Amino acid sequence: MSILDVSDLNVWFGKHRDRVDAVKGATFSVAKGESFGLVGESGSGKSTILRAITGLAPDWSGSIVVEGQQLTKKRPKAFFKTVQMVFQDPYASLHPRHSVDQVLGETLHLHGFKEIDSRVVKLLDDVGLGQKFRFRYPHQLSGGQRQRVAIARALAPEPDLLLLDEPTSALDVSVQAEILNLLADLRRDRGLTYVMVSHDLSVVGHMCDRLAVMKDGEIVEILDVAALRAMKATHPYSKHLLEASV
Amino acid sequence: MADTQTWRQWLLTETPTSRRHAKISAIYQGWLSFRSNTMAMIGLGILVLLVFVAFAAPLLAPHDPFVQDLGNRLAPLGTDGHIFGTDSLGRDILSRLIYGARITLYIVALVALIAPVAGLLVGTVSGYVGGWVDTILMRITDIFLAFPRLVLALAFVAALGAGIENAVLAISLTAWPPYARIARAETLTIRSSDYISAIKLQGAGPLRIITKHIWPLCISSLIVRVTLDMAGIILAAAGLGFLGLGAQPPSPEWGAMISEGRRFILDYWWVATMPGLAIFTVSLAFNLLGDGLRDVLDPKAGE
Amino acid sequence: MMSTLLDVQNLWVKFPTRNGVFDAVRGVSFTLGRERLGIVGESGSGKSMTGRAILRLIRPPGIVEADQISLEGVDLMNLSEKDMRAVRGQRISMVMQDPKFSLNPVMTIGDQIIEAYRLHSSASKSEAYNKSLEMLEAVSIRDAERVMRAYPHEMSGGMGQRIMIAMMLIPNPEILIADEPTSALDVSVQRQVLDIMDKLVKERGMGLIFISHDLNLVADFCDRVLIMYAGRVVEVCDANKLHEAKHPYTRGLLNSLPRLDAPRDRLEVLERDPEWSEAPSVSGRI
Repeated sequence: MSILDVSDLNVWFGKHRDRVDAVKGATFSVAKGESFGLVGESGSGKSTILRAITGLAPDWSGSIVVEGQQLTKKRPKAFFKTVQMVFQDPYASLHPRHSVDQVLGETLHLHGFKEIDSRVVKLLDDVGLGQKFRFRYPHQLSGGQRQRVAIARALAPEPDLLLLDEPTSALDVSVQAEILNLLADLRRDRGLTYVMVSHDLSVVGHMCDRLAVMKDGEIVEILDVAALRAMKATHPYSKHLLEASV
Repeated sequence: MADTQTWRQWLLTETPTSRRHAKISAIYQGWLSFRSNTMAMIGLGILVLLVFVAFAAPLLAPHDPFVQDLGNRLAPLGTDGHIFGTDSLGRDILSRLIYGARITLYIVALVALIAPVAGLLVGTVSGYVGGWVDTILMRITDIFLAFPRLVLALAFVAALGAGIENAVLAISLTAWPPYARIARAETLTIRSSDYISAIKLQGAGPLRIITKHIWPLCISSLIVRVTLDMAGIILAAAGLGFLGLGAQPPSPEWGAMISEGRRFILDYWWVATMPGLAIFTVSLAFNLLGDGLRDVLDPKAGE
Repeated sequence: MMSTLLDVQNLWVKFPTRNGVFDAVRGVSFTLGRERLGIVGESGSGKSMTGRAILRLIRPPGIVEADQISLEGVDLMNLSEKDMRAVRGQRISMVMQDPKFSLNPVMTIGDQIIEAYRLHSSASKSEAYNKSLEMLEAVSIRDAERVMRAYPHEMSGGMGQRIMIAMMLIPNPEILIADEPTSALDVSVQRQVLDIMDKLVKERGMGLIFISHDLNLVADFCDRVLIMYAGRVVEVCDANKLHEAKHPYTRGLLNSLPRLDAPRDRLEVLERDPEWSEAPSVSGRI
């Protein structure tokens, strides 16, 4: 059973002469519990697909189906209990004047949870931060710690599908390992489905079961990780990417 | 000694233990960086002194500011009992300056409450909502900006009638557009940031985003701008007073005092100069304070 | 052995803070010949500070101390600010991470290169123009005349970075310091930029200091590598032997990378030993 079905998705920015087509005719589906990768160079439209799914990119056509529900222009509040996103840059995704406690507390409040205090504590434990980080402000946290807070925020509504937009590209390699391990553990413990965007084939190869290679807004190839490891890409562009990253 | 040391550690901790602790700690660190700016501390010192003088005016003033003594009019500086001399009706200039501080503070406080709040509302709504709302609000702002400030204030006062309250209202009405512009510019950059996207993905509506997420970031730059504008506001109030449209005689408003002294400025210079110096000092103090606050409050320098 | 261009001895960079003095770089020593020297480390390891300190680009309140930073026998620590300006650009050039922030957005690329060139030599305008064209062609920019007329925002990241390198090379410096020159670029473009730098270093006999966080890239591209941790050099090794590195920190970094050819369930997490930052710097001098 698939949790996400995207077919013939087009996303564009601007109007008329300034129109830029960021995604052209993208079609893929993600099974429940799967981890799916979107790979491509900058400007290939991989992040734009995530933004279209969450409603942050308003101009799109085609069909997006999440858990059997066809999405329309406006996302109902319940949608965000199913789908959450982790952003690329942990330095930009946390409000500079809100403490960790405020960030998580507000998220829980917006989703109508009770017992906010105990849930904040639990979330911090789940992402490996613990109590002592609860009242800190973003500038008192390292990049990896910030990304953990961002992951905790995305987990707060207890979503089924987590969209990861280059979650480790702004981090050091040793911190990247910690965050990737954390994400793998969370997926196993909570039965989450991931759609992960990355420019790094080895990261996607480590995290995902299947991946789509994107170029200039189009998906040129969908292959599974075994084929990737065996260097058995068929499209010339995927081959080129593979060679460049080994 | 050991006790104060732990106090300091408690305030500078990296691991606050409660919401209140985190708040106090953040404020203390801001204070520390403000304190290291000598000029800003001088500005703050002058303003604290001004507030004290305004509150304790009846105790500090050597004379009643309204009592006339025509036999002793236009006494020079250093006259016995009148350090700053007397004005054209023989009233003690020092006492009038001390009481005038109350009026100045009153004007400043009222304008500082009205103008930035109006500007913040208009600017953030305009910047966040965008589209035709933005167009309409910004054109209105442009219209207000296009008038020379004092002329517009004069027109308002002329329509509303002379008096301090109306002068405050008139100054506020001419002062808000720049704040709206600043708030809008800030909102435009904040609006497209990831943390606003993130809270949108939690289902937050525009009202919550504007009030809880955008305002806190705009307010600091507005506070800085307000303190820098204070000098202009005092001068505008003084200007209205000078033109006879602000505070009415015999009220010891500083601008009105300059206006009265103008007639004798060649022969009895101190009558106009003393309130002028007072305006100068307070304006300078606000400017210094504004500079210091900018260093502390600028979120980009928050590290 | 090869001649020594730059000799850095016991370099310290200090920043006084409210809670005492913070040492960003602690006792780093190395020499640079006509070679490609890599400096690797994570953010905060002091690798960028080292590059900036050599050019004396650390702003107050930061303090730079060193026994010597000698460029072919002349100690840069003793030069006046005016003499230092002649060294920067003329003899030691620096390429920064993001070309977007290094180019002036309101000037055409041609004007900027020509200005940079005329700042260092008294060439006529047409001479400078020809030289600039030549430089753009040297960094494999086709259609150089069109690029000269373009503005920075019309360029892609890879183009911008190549233009930056071209600008830095015009005065024909002896040393190029490249601070993460390819981190903002896509993998395929990354290769091209590296190849260009490689070619130039070889042809001109320049010394290159290549600062990066990417171990594999440095292992591939450089001759010698300094590994920095907490402001110190913890290990020095030949680049082709980087994968046999011995220091636990280097090993940890290498093992924490996911690899396509060796899938693992969990990545190894680096356990930081406080002793690493206490041990004195390893010297990278030859």
